[in-house]
Amino acid sequence: MAADPEADFGTPARHGAPVRLTIDGRAVTVPEGTSVMRAAALADAAIPKLCATDTLESFGSCRLCLVEIEGARGTPASCTTPVREGMVVATQTERLKKLRRGVMELYISDHPLDCLTCSANNDCELQDQAAAVGLRDVRYGYDGANHLDAPADVSNPYFDFDPAKCIVCSRCVRACDEVQGTFALTIDGRGFASKVSAGMPEDDFLNSECVSCGACVAACPTATLNEKAVAEIGTPQRAVVTTCAYCGVGCSFRAEMRGEEVVRMVPAKDGKANRGHSCVKGRFAYGYAHHGDRITTPMIRASTADPWRPVSWEEAFAYAASELQRIQATYGRQAVGGISSSRCTNEETFLVQKLVRAGFGNNNIDTCARVCHSPTGYGLKATFGTSAGTQDFDSVADADVILVIGANPTDGHPVFASRMKSRLRQGAKLIVIDPRRIDLVRTPHVEAAHHLPLQPGTNVALLTAMAHVIVTEGLADEAFVAARCDMDEYREWAAFVAEPRHSPEVLEAVTRVPAANVRAAARLYATGGNAAIYYGLGVTEHSQGSSTVMAIANLAMATGNIGRPGVGVNPLRGQNNVQGACDMGSFPHELSGYRHIAGAEGRRLFEGDWGVSLDPEPGLRIPNMLDAAVDGVFKGIYIQGEDILQSDPNTKHVLAGLKAMECVIVHDLFLNETANYAHVFFPGSTFLEKDGTFTNAERRIQRVRKVMSPLAGLADWEVTVGLANALGLQWSYGHPSEIMDEIARLTPTFAGVSYALLETEGSLQWPVTEAAPAGTPVMHADHFVRGKGKFVITDYVPTDEKTGPRYPLLLTTGRILSQYNVGAQTRRTRNTVWHEADVLEIHPFDAENRGLASGDWARLASRAGETSLRVLVTDRVAPGVVYTTFHHPETQANVVTTEHSDWATNCPEYKVTAVEVSPSNGPSDWQARYQAAADRARRIEPAEPAE
Amino acid sequence: MRGRGGAGFPAGIKWRTVAEAAGPVKYIVCNADEGDSGTFADRMVMEGDPFALIEGMAIAAFAVGAQKGFIYVRSEYPDAIAKLDVAIRLAAEDIAPFRIELRVGAGAYICGEETSLLNSLEGKRGEVRAKPPLPALQGLFGKPTVVNNVLTLAAVPHILADGAEGYAALGTGRSRGTMPIQLAGNIKHGGLFETAFGLTLGEIVNDIGGGTASGRPVKAVQVGGPLGAYLPPSMFHLPFDYEAFAAADALIGHAGVVVFDDTADMLAQARFSMAFTAAESCGKCTPCRIGAVRGVELIDRIAAGGGRAAGPLERLPQMRNVNARPRSLEEEIGLLTDLCETMKFGSLCALGGFAPYPVMSALCHWPQDFGLAPAVEAAQ
Repeated sequence: MAADPEADFGTPARHGAPVRLTIDGRAVTVPEGTSVMRAAALADAAIPKLCATDTLESFGSCRLCLVEIEGARGTPASCTTPVREGMVVATQTERLKKLRRGVMELYISDHPLDCLTCSANNDCELQDQAAAVGLRDVRYGYDGANHLDAPADVSNPYFDFDPAKCIVCSRCVRACDEVQGTFALTIDGRGFASKVSAGMPEDDFLNSECVSCGACVAACPTATLNEKAVAEIGTPQRAVVTTCAYCGVGCSFRAEMRGEEVVRMVPAKDGKANRGHSCVKGRFAYGYAHHGDRITTPMIRASTADPWRPVSWEEAFAYAASELQRIQATYGRQAVGGISSSRCTNEETFLVQKLVRAGFGNNNIDTCARVCHSPTGYGLKATFGTSAGTQDFDSVADADVILVIGANPTDGHPVFASRMKSRLRQGAKLIVIDPRRIDLVRTPHVEAAHHLPLQPGTNVALLTAMAHVIVTEGLADEAFVAARCDMDEYREWAAFVAEPRHSPEVLEAVTRVPAANVRAAARLYATGGNAAIYYGLGVTEHSQGSSTVMAIANLAMATGNIGRPGVGVNPLRGQNNVQGACDMGSFPHELSGYRHIAGAEGRRLFEGDWGVSLDPEPGLRIPNMLDAAVDGVFKGIYIQGEDILQSDPNTKHVLAGLKAMECVIVHDLFLNETANYAHVFFPGSTFLEKDGTFTNAERRIQRVRKVMSPLAGLADWEVTVGLANALGLQWSYGHPSEIMDEIARLTPTFAGVSYALLETEGSLQWPVTEAAPAGTPVMHADHFVRGKGKFVITDYVPTDEKTGPRYPLLLTTGRILSQYNVGAQTRRTRNTVWHEADVLEIHPFDAENRGLASGDWARLASRAGETSLRVLVTDRVAPGVVYTTFHHPETQANVVTTEHSDWATNCPEYKVTAVEVSPSNGPSDWQARYQAAADRARRIEPAEPAE
Repeated sequence: MRGRGGAGFPAGIKWRTVAEAAGPVKYIVCNADEGDSGTFADRMVMEGDPFALIEGMAIAAFAVGAQKGFIYVRSEYPDAIAKLDVAIRLAAEDIAPFRIELRVGAGAYICGEETSLLNSLEGKRGEVRAKPPLPALQGLFGKPTVVNNVLTLAAVPHILADGAEGYAALGTGRSRGTMPIQLAGNIKHGGLFETAFGLTLGEIVNDIGGGTASGRPVKAVQVGGPLGAYLPPSMFHLPFDYEAFAAADALIGHAGVVVFDDTADMLAQARFSMAFTAAESCGKCTPCRIGAVRGVELIDRIAAGGGRAAGPLERLPQMRNVNARPRSLEEEIGLLTDLCETMKFGSLCALGGFAPYPVMSALCHWPQDFGLAPAVEAAQ
């Protein structure tokens, strides 16, 4: 068996009973359903092929893979012929040689001959197979009809399409269909005129429905679809497997390098989260790593009115440490804190919280999960006992009913969305609960059985109505509940949801979803087989975010949809390492592994290992830090990899908090918005520049591997070490693996994790313990982590953010495929070609009432503030609801959002803001003033001559 | 009963496969995309006795457990479409709960190939599918599907009415029953003649058809549509029988018989079959997509006097590996022969796979039309 993870066996693996056959005289045993081609490749008798690749179902078009089978007529294609017991196959005979050479002769009679200057030279399957079949003469000559003058389509910013090099194998079309599920590509025309087309013949790739996931480029056997970077740089010389640093799917990539230059990022076929697939961000949008805006020197300044002064690392560390010490001496131990980043590695995050707890001597540590999935941590811990999703991504392939609530996977988690769509195309049923008609509701070959477009802010009411149907119609799985959950709590909960006031008919007035649809969706979820719930920030970022998470957990427990593949409760994490940042003790009340700081046992373990005593009182959350700053008692902060000024709600309040501090340390790739109010700037390193691990939404711990030197000389973990040592902590980590050893030592769920094990296993899903040394794909299989599953009564409480005559519309916010969060990275790539500014989606009814047309500037105002942006009139949003993204600082959508937040975790209520929209002439005065101030704040003194 | 669409596959085995296939949803699909040149038997049945077809489909549905049937008819048959439309409505009550839907093609010959037809029915591009999986197991919308020709299905009520033995008593060898033979081209008595298998080709052309319409001697007879072999009068002894034709590198196909007199240019006929294939290829497989185009070019060169001088590109000094000497007529004919072999054994479906039959039969029987010495077989 070949060990190369990138080896191509031609057709996908099958898992049937063993079948024995003979290939070229050798006995081979493979699972039933395996193709003759794959069986031969596994037996090191690879058969020539062009249209076959093992990421796609067989197609049978190239006709190079013909074989002879004893007793069978003719020369069947080995890719489309399944093995049979006792089959005798010959892959190399004189007749087959002649046939293959004849086919190849036809190909080459219509193909450019200048291989040496081709971007795919030495990386081309046509070239390889021409060599394999021994073609020496093209007897047709080269003067026949051909496609050599077909113009290239260079419209996509990342790859070119050169139809002159196309062999019409349809691998790109099939990859778009089978892998990505967008169905953007097709074969236009027929016969000799057949050609790959992105939609209609007049469309180019950029203007087509192509989402630039790169699946077609990966599938192309020639240079027809090839990365522009390969054309510019040349083929790679080495590959390093690493993990994408965008969303929480955690795609595994091969960073293909030439020296320290990334030639391309290719999804790893054996990546367990992505199974060889990718999206436009991870595949192509890494150009920010070399963007001119990168800061590569530490900088300090006494006042934010001053320009920045570039200094040495030593000076920056010393200055930052002395400032923090001065503040603590002046204002008290609690006057400083830190924020760790879900964008950084587990090891880096662990160090930041360690710095705060052991170095600052308080627990004022928080993380950006505060503003996204903190309710997930709270809700799932309360009900199941673990602050994490229950499944692996593979589980979706076993789901019969998929309920998506408050998530937009095709934009936010595109690779998982593709895996989900693949299952939906096989016939699984889909329920979408979302105020907007997200793409999943109706996309090629996928249509939701039920779309429940609820009013923003009414998740709990809707889920309670579903629970009402399940309980009152007798659809609950009481046997599961009796065996696995606390029965008294269940009965109490069942009685509560069964109250008539919770019927879909009564709650229709609140949710505005027709009761019949709610009933139908509830019945489907409860009775449709394996039912899995996937949710996102549309669940958590509400005043009842934690309640909604628990309402979801209640539904799953009541219907027995927990503890096996195909079911479960699955938070789709927004950031690459939001799970890990939470796991690593980034919350003010929890040590790593979610142990409360007040618990003496856990605390003592850390105190012993770190040689310090820890404060048993939970520290400040981000909003509390800002409040305390405004109150004058919180004066210094170390912020690693988060732009709170752009990403956190109520920008004006964040601004006031930052302005009130005396030492703001920003550790980031760029001078972000927060850095405008900072006194120390530590230049950060990208995921390409450091070693570490990320933990994705399925609790999968995966390696991040350094492929190039940090531009600023230090990886992020080294910067935190530098600051810690300047504060006198004497840390001596030589490599992030040593930090992981410490994490494993101190964190029961990580007990078995080590870099050595990650090297052999590829990835590990925590808990990794003595009982589960290879990790845990599906949690709560036999019993809940907390023992009995806990039903929690979730009473619907409307948010205080209410519409009225002044603010009659509800604003909800989200993400778009090509951009990522505050856009710090994606705005610095060519992804801007798809989304250069945030726009406001508004229903035609509301737009007409306000005299607005698509493209017009509009003023978007709430009780908190106002901004201006252009509008897009669309019925994707319901009347009364408007929607925008928050990717661009020019828009500052969070000027508008309010300080309402989740009752349990303070997660901001981004998803519900009462607003008014009115025509506008352009950017608001606030936006103009802000821009001028930002330009001033980003001034850097000319560098001093080198010494 | 062997399928009358051309392949001659036993209908009973196909039905049994579908009947035994797992799954509650199954389909009956009638292939009425009669695209072969010189064929019109399907049209005559559909226009003249559409109920025979509908009854045959209902029986097939009953036999295999199908709920729904489709008739895929070519758009060039407006009268048949109109007749079927009315007949389906009239028969609806009698065949219920089985339902039949009429679907009209869009002019592609390849959609007469059963897997292309299924793709077309599904609303997709008319592109051939690889087999396996067989349509009987994964056919229309991935469900077990009987795909039968009009003639096959229309014969079913008669077989059941008269008894299998009565039907099997007709014919010869493994070709049992009757076949509606369609006589066309340069023939005195053109038309549809249903007769038992076993008449010789000579009896069909001369006794039934009365020889050529022009009164000149017969030069060639093409049996089985545009991709059938051209047979000279020296082969008129061949009995009309699937196996006998196959043994002579010929095919019966849909039983279209097109007659040519001695003015026919067989090189032009060979070219036509390549040009037809190039025009109608779905473009999926390489031998058909590129091969048919190269076939036309090659035959054009042979027609222009044979041989080929090296092209300008082949003469470039950078083209070190190229064989830059001129190619002789014999080499070009050899290439045509190799191309036909590549297409015959390499093509995905019968379009590319059968295109070599008219070419090679023309080359074999009338070499002088290709600039070669006459074949010795004339002396037989």
